[in-house]
Amino acid sequence: MSADGGTLTTTGYIEHHLTNLAVCADSAKVDGVCTGFWTFHLDTLLVSGILGLVVFGFMALMASRATAGVPSGGQNFVEMVVGLVDQQVRDTFHGKSALVTPLAITIFVWVFVMNAMDLIPVDFLPTALQAATGNHHLPFKFVPTTDPNLTFAMSLTVFAISIVLGLKTKGFGHFMHEVFAVPFGLKLAPINLLFRIVEEIARPISLSLRLFGNMYAGEMVFILIALLGLYQLPLALPWELFHILIITLQAFVFMMLTIVYMSMAAESH
Amino acid sequence: MNINATLIGQAIWFALFIWITMKFVWPPLQKAMADRQAQIADGLAAAERGKHEQELAAKRSADALRDAKEKSADLIAQAEKRAQQIVEDAKGTAKVEADKVVAGAKAEIDQEVERAKQSLRERVAELAVAGAEKILRKEINASAHSDMLVALKQDL
Repeated sequence: MSADGGTLTTTGYIEHHLTNLAVCADSAKVDGVCTGFWTFHLDTLLVSGILGLVVFGFMALMASRATAGVPSGGQNFVEMVVGLVDQQVRDTFHGKSALVTPLAITIFVWVFVMNAMDLIPVDFLPTALQAATGNHHLPFKFVPTTDPNLTFAMSLTVFAISIVLGLKTKGFGHFMHEVFAVPFGLKLAPINLLFRIVEEIARPISLSLRLFGNMYAGEMVFILIALLGLYQLPLALPWELFHILIITLQAFVFMMLTIVYMSMAAESH
Repeated sequence: MNINATLIGQAIWFALFIWITMKFVWPPLQKAMADRQAQIADGLAAAERGKHEQELAAKRSADALRDAKEKSADLIAQAEKRAQQIVEDAKGTAKVEADKVVAGAKAEIDQEVERAKQSLRERVAELAVAGAEKILRKEINASAHSDMLVALKQDL
């Protein structure tokens, strides 16, 4: 918690909370901070991976025990979540693909549980971890979605899948025709191509930055509230309640936009 | 905000979780939900069928009831008619019997009368003869007038 020498400064506290636990080769370090590309944020990777394994493991377990008869409580819960996502896919995506619904389920559930880490008070888990390891300067971010690496990884994967889906459903010729001839016709092919590139690049960037920005800002507000000492008590609760809305909404928006991009990729203009 | 190799790791996690969902979560759940939907649809259809059958059965039972009522009314009417007929018959028989008895009685009475007349006749003849005897004893011979007396007896 303390930045240096046991004295707690506001800037030090905030900076410490916004620092990832990074590992990299020593040669890539500048003043003890990893700056090169081959840096891994262990906290992001571990928290998102463990959360994903737990939640998808649970869902797979429930699905393997699923019966058509009266469902158990767990099965019912999983079915409810999956049914909600499936309904959105049905409403928006009219093509045929075995991938879109699982993709949307994965995004919604995973983003939701990662965002939900924000609801644990900001100092609980880092302090517990520091006590456990004995290293009181150990940085550890427990909300993986506040790491742009994660949001970009997801949005770029979605982008890649949408390209593949477009090629698969339309065929290479039709896909290329769409790239060069829409919306102005073949005579203005370079402009069409430019439009298309801007559009395709804008999608993953906006998708990832939206999630990252919302979660980062929310986390920042939590940190600032935590700085208020005793006064944080009346403030943390309303922000926490409001944040429940935000984490659900952001997970839903990410999922929904993914479905929309998939349907745009699969349908002809 | 620094983009680094974490991105690659996250993409691998993401791909893994998509694969898990696609392979182990979605298909069995989809199947279970579709099966349940089919079961519910079947159940509803069966309920509809049952309701229809129940309606038919109610109609059938009403028909049967009406038939039975009609039949019983017929039977009662028939029975009444028969009873009336029996009564009529009995009345007829009784009348015939009574007539017979009356006729018998009349015949007997007639016979009795005849017999009484016969005996009376005999007695009248005797009395007449006795009377005549008394008269004639004084005046005429009985044997001389017996033919006349027999003729008289025949006339009675």
